[in-house]
Amino acid sequence: MLESLIADRAAHRAVVLATELDTGRQWLVAAGTASAGTPGDVAVAARDALAIDDSRAVDLAGGRVFLHVHSPPLRMIVIGAVHITQALAPMATLAGYQVTVVDPRGAFATSERFPGITVSDDWPDDALEALAPDSRTAVVTLTHDPKLDDAALAVALRTEAFYIGSLGSAKNHRARTERIARLGFDEAAIARIHGPVGLAIGARSPAEIAIAILAQVIEARRRPARAGGAEGRAA
Amino acid sequence: MSADHEDILGAAAEWRRDGRGVALATVVTTWGSSPRPVGSQLVVDEAGAMLGSVSGGCIEGAVVSEAIEVIGDGKPRVLDFGVTNEQAWEVGLACGGKIQVFVEKVA
Repeated sequence: MLESLIADRAAHRAVVLATELDTGRQWLVAAGTASAGTPGDVAVAARDALAIDDSRAVDLAGGRVFLHVHSPPLRMIVIGAVHITQALAPMATLAGYQVTVVDPRGAFATSERFPGITVSDDWPDDALEALAPDSRTAVVTLTHDPKLDDAALAVALRTEAFYIGSLGSAKNHRARTERIARLGFDEAAIARIHGPVGLAIGARSPAEIAIAILAQVIEARRRPARAGGAEGRAA
Repeated sequence: MSADHEDILGAAAEWRRDGRGVALATVVTTWGSSPRPVGSQLVVDEAGAMLGSVSGGCIEGAVVSEAIEVIGDGKPRVLDFGVTNEQAWEVGLACGGKIQVFVEKVA
């Protein structure tokens, strides 16, 4: 059961491990499949838990059952292998995100600068198309270079990424939103971009800005109703 | 829910492959304020080595000694911890919350 669960997690398949607490009997339930012999009410309850990504214990016909939702890992894709990214990538890793750093400028995205982090020197739009951000993915652009950041944003805005943030002053952000609008995105789409990026905590150093960004990403995930698109002021 | 950086399940599998007796403890219910959410896990081996957490450190010691018993007899059990539950456990949660932890032997 454990090896099977680990394989599902490695393959980024969402799955529920259902455990009958009195007996320790276990079943694995996914959206379309379930272990042989899974009781019907367990499968139904497990898929309910899966749908809202919420682990919990429930009382069913056979007794109390713990439904442990194992969702695919959270991901963060950072465009720009810059100084802030050198702080943000390890911090986000510690917070549970699988981080990929994308920068086509050869000298930036090197494994010496980002030990243990997946780096890509593809163009941001190609990289993002390949990585296919989902509702458990945050996209952060930090290059300050419109031809890199805008290309990434144009792809990210067509995905369900739960967080999109872009480095730049309020003035730069206004210019950016005008450029993005010319690409055919409406106001609601553009409002998804957090810019200036990061919570307003007065961050100045690269590491402080990284903390402000990561805090905003966490807020977007944990308290989505409060995380406004245009409230950040960090950078 | 499963965003823990530490790979608890991976460690459980690796320890088993090394031939160690292993138990997994999982927070299955919480009431009131509790330091770790439902689904948090602690993996324990027969010598008491552990990785992960089910609280802020208040009950890990008690969970480890129960886990070593589970490794011995193979019987899963549910442990209740909380300031109000005096008869069953001497170990309490300083935060005033209550939690229920399921402990199972890893096959």
